[in-house]
Amino acid sequence: MLIFNHSRPGRRTAAHLAPEVPIDLPAGLLRDGDPPLPQVSELQVVRHYTRLSQKNFSIDTHFYPLGSCTMKYNPKVCGQLALLPGFQTRHPERPARFSQGFLACLCELQGMLAEITGMKEVALSPMAGAQGELAGMLMFRAYHHARDDRERREVLVPDAAHGTNPASAVMAGFQVREIPTDRHGDVDLDALRRAVGPHTAGIMLTNPSTLGVFERHIAEINGIVHAAGGLSYYDGANLNAILGRVRPGEMGFDVMHLNLHKTFATPHGGGGPGAGPVAAGERLAPFLPVPMVGRGESGYDWLVERHRPQSIGRLTTWAGNAAVLLRAYVYLRILGAEGLGRVADHAVLNANYLLAALKERGFTPAFPDRRATHEFLITLKPELEQTGVNARDFAKRLLDYGFHAPTTYFPLLVPECFLIEPTETESREELDAFAEAMHLIRREAQHNPEKLHTAPHKLPVRRVDEVRAAREPDLAWRPR
Amino acid sequence: MLARIGVASIDELFDEIPAGLRSDRPLQLPPAMNEAAVSRLMLERSLGDTPLLCFAGGGAYEHHVPATVWELAGRGEFYTAYTPYQAEASQGTMQVIYEYQSMMCQLLAMEVSNASLYDGATALAEAILMAVRANRRSRSRRVLLPRNIHPVYRQVARTLVTAQELELVEVPFDPATGLLDPQTVAAMAGEECAAVVIPQPDYFGGIEPVDELVRAVAPSGALVVGLVNPLAMALLRPPGQWGGAEGVDIACGEAQSLGLPLSSGGPYLGFLCCRERHVRQMPGRLVGRTVDDEGQPAFALTLQAREQHIRRSRATSNICTNQGLMMTAATIHMALMGGAGLRRAAAASHRATVELVEALTSLPGVEPLFDRLFFHETVLRLPLPPARVLEALEGHGILGGIDLSRAYPELGDALLVCATELRTGEDIESYRCALGRVLEQAA
Repeated sequence: MLIFNHSRPGRRTAAHLAPEVPIDLPAGLLRDGDPPLPQVSELQVVRHYTRLSQKNFSIDTHFYPLGSCTMKYNPKVCGQLALLPGFQTRHPERPARFSQGFLACLCELQGMLAEITGMKEVALSPMAGAQGELAGMLMFRAYHHARDDRERREVLVPDAAHGTNPASAVMAGFQVREIPTDRHGDVDLDALRRAVGPHTAGIMLTNPSTLGVFERHIAEINGIVHAAGGLSYYDGANLNAILGRVRPGEMGFDVMHLNLHKTFATPHGGGGPGAGPVAAGERLAPFLPVPMVGRGESGYDWLVERHRPQSIGRLTTWAGNAAVLLRAYVYLRILGAEGLGRVADHAVLNANYLLAALKERGFTPAFPDRRATHEFLITLKPELEQTGVNARDFAKRLLDYGFHAPTTYFPLLVPECFLIEPTETESREELDAFAEAMHLIRREAQHNPEKLHTAPHKLPVRRVDEVRAAREPDLAWRPR
Repeated sequence: MLARIGVASIDELFDEIPAGLRSDRPLQLPPAMNEAAVSRLMLERSLGDTPLLCFAGGGAYEHHVPATVWELAGRGEFYTAYTPYQAEASQGTMQVIYEYQSMMCQLLAMEVSNASLYDGATALAEAILMAVRANRRSRSRRVLLPRNIHPVYRQVARTLVTAQELELVEVPFDPATGLLDPQTVAAMAGEECAAVVIPQPDYFGGIEPVDELVRAVAPSGALVVGLVNPLAMALLRPPGQWGGAEGVDIACGEAQSLGLPLSSGGPYLGFLCCRERHVRQMPGRLVGRTVDDEGQPAFALTLQAREQHIRRSRATSNICTNQGLMMTAATIHMALMGGAGLRRAAAASHRATVELVEALTSLPGVEPLFDRLFFHETVLRLPLPPARVLEALEGHGILGGIDLSRAYPELGDALLVCATELRTGEDIESYRCALGRVLEQAA
């Protein structure tokens, strides 16, 4: 039932209404009648949306091992402190001298992220990972143009990359060339050597890659790309795995983004918001987007175009997703360096443990000779061949067992795959229970495959007809 | 756990990292704090700055948000869920998106809405890119972007679209009214362009002659992008009806005024709506209503072949993470307020600004800069540089507006002021008194 179906003419909650005032505007400018939004009581709204919320799986209710998404528990205090009234009611045009507390948090966050990434400077404004990637690609372009090196029009992207990488490079005006992965899950260095040249703007590298392994040839990759005059971009989507172990700046990368909503304590909100700060080394730092925050004799202040003349400019109306930035700040203050190292240690420990538990039960790792990082890939191709049950069926049946499914059919390189990321915040018991559910589902696949083809059975809806959704798009309710 | 993995230590799990890449020193970060200590730190930082009575707008508005909005949106089941990729485990989020899409279409009189973009500025940039793709009659890559649109929106659009070799051509505003002139727009659109952006209201708060503007663009074949404040559309004619039944091709903007706190500028809510015929060029997620295997109503992400996770380098946009939680809050806000509630908030904001202008222009040397109607924001000419006035007003606890002299030097000592439905007669009187004293002291 839609909220519109609860609507009755004239129903409203008086307490929300501003006083009725006479309107002095000509009728020709005015809308013809009130917009046909639902007319419902507050209680109806509360019940309707509470019930809808209960149809969701979420971190607060379920294990959610969605690979490459880092669905970990985020301390509630981070959200609560980011929403203190002094922060929440601050108008973005409020002058810096009346915003010292807020700016202090942002300035210190810039510094902490620079330290974590081994980069020179950090700009916080990009509003999601993909916008951080775009910022990085615009910085590639600005750097080459500043050197009057305008023929560098091609960005190299490994074939295992997230779809945002090639899409971001194209938005920045580049062409994309895919670089294949070798059979061990590393970038194919020979193919990379053949691909680079005077047309190469640079490379975008995700590490650990979406195959769930640490890229072992980083030094060689950066060497090859830099020798050809290109730049290297580090996609920090999987930063959870490397905190305190390696720093992209020290590994030779020129620029990177971080997903604060994955690694640094903002829940995913059913799709967002996130924050994708960009960190840059010596060569690319002058091109970082504005605004940034600086500290001078008279306190903290915004750094804008006149302070940073080579900046690629603005990507956001104000300082980006400020409340997300404050959450990350609180999280880092709670953890400190040691706590941050523990994040990576336990994320990698949990992933390797779950991989071992699944191997014991006969599941097939996609890269059996490799360590898991914070996540790992298995392939259900043997199960498909044996029982006719595919990865999608497995995923849907997991929902019946009370587990959100891992990422399925991504990356595209491995057939019938599950990309599994347990994160550092899950207990050993939860990991064991997941492995056991996988085992039980495989037994069901052997004895009663039909039950899996038609899963899920215990959710608010049965399997959803996505083909019909695309063929006969019904994208909005309309009054009759 | 280590034994089961078959290693002796956690360090061993990192043994695939080549030695030469490993960091040779521990991170230098401030020492860890417990929850009590960090709470105290943040409370001090949030309280350190004096509260100011807000008369600033410029794209971020202080409206009433019913307590219920965030009570519900903040529920863990919404807040800690991922993007709804597993349809059966995400029906709650998906139905909210479908309802949001429906409400935005009702509010703006459009046919399709996506599930959100980052903010108003990036929504404008995406709308411009989309319009150029969607205009099949013109190969032009020129887009007309009026000067009376938010200056930062124009900067963001420039950052985001120029790499794709689009040309943004500035349309001047009439210096007497601050509004766009339909004849000027018609002449500029006639010189081959893919799209024209029309604001309502414009950055100065002015109510644009949108019908005339849409009709002026029509002969050129350029698509029309309406950049609107959605709250204003509860009172003023919505973009889907501008210029007659046809309306605009794309409507976009910032929906912060639908239930989101000011929060220092973010997270906010970019929106984008369009005509059905353009849907395949739309950026961002879409939810459709369908059925499950038993024929019961269900919701699914749809038309995903536009998106980066399917189409990669040929996607309509790189957007992945969007502003889902803000979309949820806006949906609940619209449901609670209803059409009448939004209209009354818009009308009361307009009324408050009329009263503010009357009060402030009673002071010597303060006068309206433009002769035209406005929504809930307008420009005043001051007898002193606005920066000086604003600084002095802050001493009286008032955030007096936005200094336009840097972005619009041609306007002289111009101040953009705004009053929402939350500004009472007493608030306005405080502003008038404070401004009076500031001007007297300077004289």
